[in-house]
Amino acid sequence: MSTVTTPTRAAGGVGVMPDTPGWARWANAHRKWLFAAPAMAFVAVLIVFPLAWTGYLSLTDAEGSVRAESEFVGFRNYLDVLSDTDRFWPAVGRTATFTLAALLFEVVLGMAIALLLWRPFKGEKWVRVAILMPLVATPVAVGMMWRLIFDPNIGLANQVLGWIGIGPQPWLAGQHTALPTTIFIDVWQWTPMVVLILLAGLTSLSDEPQEAALIDGASTWQRFRHVTLPLLMPTVLVAILLRGIDALKTFDILYATKGRGGGSFHEVETLNVYAYGLSFDYNEYGVSSTVLILFFLIIIGSMWALTARRKEAQR
Amino acid sequence: MRPRGPYKVFRVVALVVVVLSLTAPLLWMIAASFKTNVDIYDTGKALAFSPTLDNYATVLQQANYVQFIGNSLWVALAATVASLILGVPAAYSMSRFNMRKSALVVLMARVIPGVSLLVPWYYVFSNLKMVGGFGVLILSHMFVSLPLIVYIMMGYFDGLPEELEEAALVDGLTHIGAFRRITLPLSVPGVATAGILSFIFSWNNFMFALVLSDAHTKTLPVAIFDFVGYASIDWGGLMAAATVVTLPIMVIALFVQKYVVSGLTAGATKG
Repeated sequence: MSTVTTPTRAAGGVGVMPDTPGWARWANAHRKWLFAAPAMAFVAVLIVFPLAWTGYLSLTDAEGSVRAESEFVGFRNYLDVLSDTDRFWPAVGRTATFTLAALLFEVVLGMAIALLLWRPFKGEKWVRVAILMPLVATPVAVGMMWRLIFDPNIGLANQVLGWIGIGPQPWLAGQHTALPTTIFIDVWQWTPMVVLILLAGLTSLSDEPQEAALIDGASTWQRFRHVTLPLLMPTVLVAILLRGIDALKTFDILYATKGRGGGSFHEVETLNVYAYGLSFDYNEYGVSSTVLILFFLIIIGSMWALTARRKEAQR
Repeated sequence: MRPRGPYKVFRVVALVVVVLSLTAPLLWMIAASFKTNVDIYDTGKALAFSPTLDNYATVLQQANYVQFIGNSLWVALAATVASLILGVPAAYSMSRFNMRKSALVVLMARVIPGVSLLVPWYYVFSNLKMVGGFGVLILSHMFVSLPLIVYIMMGYFDGLPEELEEAALVDGLTHIGAFRRITLPLSVPGVATAGILSFIFSWNNFMFALVLSDAHTKTLPVAIFDFVGYASIDWGGLMAAATVVTLPIMVIALFVQKYVVSGLTAGATKG
């Protein structure tokens, strides 16, 4: 063996035989970047460069046609947007309300359902199928489905309310009920995601701490509060992080249920919907880029805060 | 620790409520797709209606949905295959050489709001006269697929012992040969998970096609809006269209449930 491997090692280490052609030798030696470079280049061209361009556009007065000339205006767009209490700040408020409310319901309900599913039972398979369905359903189709169910005149929702003696509600059509209704739709579709993540976390927990607490005479609630929850906390924070990012960026169900501009009174106009409208309904590319950069900073900021919190929980 | 006594009863009731609230709306949508608009407007006929296939005839024949189904399939498959070709080797490198910073750059794509990419893309691609073509659509959907695939596959490669590759090297394979002949065949479940999830997310994607497609290249989620008129909505047609979009993906998920769940929860339980 040693007579064969010695020249090989000299030629480029294990994994390269003496009869390996030159280009293959080179490829093996540079495989780290050879493998990673195409994907990295794709990301650079399609993501990093556009993002940098968005940053540049936010400092210009680009509008109208994409071929029109635009002028550098410095931070004027930022001053305009940040002092805009008509559309921008209400959109920030709706984004925060939507995200926080959806997250709260999704995490609490998700935890409850995950705990229900934790220990094995008959028919488990079918319950899991049911949980998967909203998750894989096309969000736009889900939006349309709820649009019919929440229709004030012919919808199932008001019919059901009628049976239990409650008057009809305007749901998506009401100026103050539209946002809560879209939050409900988001909760319906994405609570299963939280359930799956928490269930994966619960299954990976060992039984010993539970049994120890049981022997010490801890009640069910005490066991959950002082044993399960602290052990599960890192997973809960992952669920909040993943769901939070997507909830901030919600677009499909809002567009499907309320259309352009988040409805005629902008009832469900979040930052993402606002930025989309500025870009593609009004062609205000400069201002829209400013909104997007601010939106991006909000997302990064919340992620950073959550990741810091997660590191703390793991300590 | 199996549950006992009253909890057992409570648990069954609670599970039934959960299952019903998740599935009933979907079943209602499918039921409505088999109703005439007259029956949809008659709330007394919620369940007692005579089923009709008229809505599906409208969707598939008049509304040209056969073409849109083809568009959606083509875009989702092409984006998934291209992303797998780029993403799997990249994920391998990032896992084996511990390139966490490079990985972070790719994963940033999951965080960036899609609109902020659409504006520059629209600028560039409309100047290249590519808006409305399949090329841009597939590229834009790869922006969804690639990070997802890299994320899932990195976790998968992290869990594959390196010793197997080392043994292959000793047996005379090159590094790339070991990746191709040992690691890849062992990664089939991971690649399947990543591919299935990428297909689902691409099929469901709405915003990119909304901006970058035209009347001939639009995908199903965009085509749904054909049934929402300015003044009135063809509810039967709309529900049939929604069912055509979402039922295939639900059926696929039913059969490959294990992969979908493992992809959705990838990386959620480790530090």
